[in-house]
Amino acid sequence: MIRNAIVVLFSICSISFAQGINALTIAASAPLRAKVGTTVDAKLPLQVLNGYHVQSNTPSDPYLIALKLTWNPGPLESTGVTYPKPQMEKYSFSETALSVFSGNFEVATKFKVPASAIPGPSAVTGKLRYQACNDNMCLPPKTIDVKLQVDIVR
Amino acid sequence: MWAVAGAIAVYLAFASFTGGDRPSLKPESERHPAPDFALKDTSGATVKLSDYRGKVVLLNFWATWCAPCREEIPWFVDFEKEYQNRDFAVLGVSMDTRGWDVVRPYTERHKINYPVTLGDEGINTLYGGADALPVTFMIDRNGRIARTHVGVAGKHTYKQEILDLLAATESTE
Repeated sequence: MIRNAIVVLFSICSISFAQGINALTIAASAPLRAKVGTTVDAKLPLQVLNGYHVQSNTPSDPYLIALKLTWNPGPLESTGVTYPKPQMEKYSFSETALSVFSGNFEVATKFKVPASAIPGPSAVTGKLRYQACNDNMCLPPKTIDVKLQVDIVR
Repeated sequence: MWAVAGAIAVYLAFASFTGGDRPSLKPESERHPAPDFALKDTSGATVKLSDYRGKVVLLNFWATWCAPCREEIPWFVDFEKEYQNRDFAVLGVSMDTRGWDVVRPYTERHKINYPVTLGDEGINTLYGGADALPVTFMIDRNGRIARTHVGVAGKHTYKQEILDLLAATESTE
């Protein structure tokens, strides 16, 4: 019985080992104040788990999966996403340096606030796709929901 | 009693997954059968694990987006060349969700000389540790898992384990 229990628990541990890791998280940020008829800059603060990196928006080869932030249609209109300058890092598993992000960084988005936007609290939503690795292994590509609180004012 | 079993399981899981680079095979009595599967390879042929019974198999889960996985592939190409006439085979299972459009060109470009199949949820569930890549299972002649490597293991480690498994005779069970 104990042997069976060990086998079952071992399997559960095996499965949960990687699934439990969120290598990239979105840090909290204050609501964005957006004045009707203007453009505003929003910064999405991101944190990569210590020891991990994510491929940059311009990965080193076409097989690698780029970090990509996209916004859904909503009260604000995205007119451009700007990523920070990637780090070129050399890892033990690679002969060449890879274009990555690690630690804390921000992805900026320029939003147009339409004249028709309704003043008051609102939100824009989007998706962030990324793929993370550490020095020894990689986690599968992941797409997470992004939500930016917005306070629309006249 | 359950607490003890749980503690042992957690220890074993971590020992297995972070066990470093040293060659180390489980004793035969502790090996569990490698689940059988049937998947198509790059040529469209069906690859069944059970067809390899009697051989030592290095079963490698990988993906083109996984740079550490790609580091290992030339080693496996070398092993396939060196030991294919000694009852040894490498099988690759790509977990690329982008499918053959990326996997086939990669296998051709890198002259992968062993069967590469496309993994799916079914095999992922069967081999419940494939959510981090690479994952490599060392399978003995009796179709039982003798070692699981999560992450890159050294070329020497794989080689020594292959040689140790080849040296063992097939049981008559």
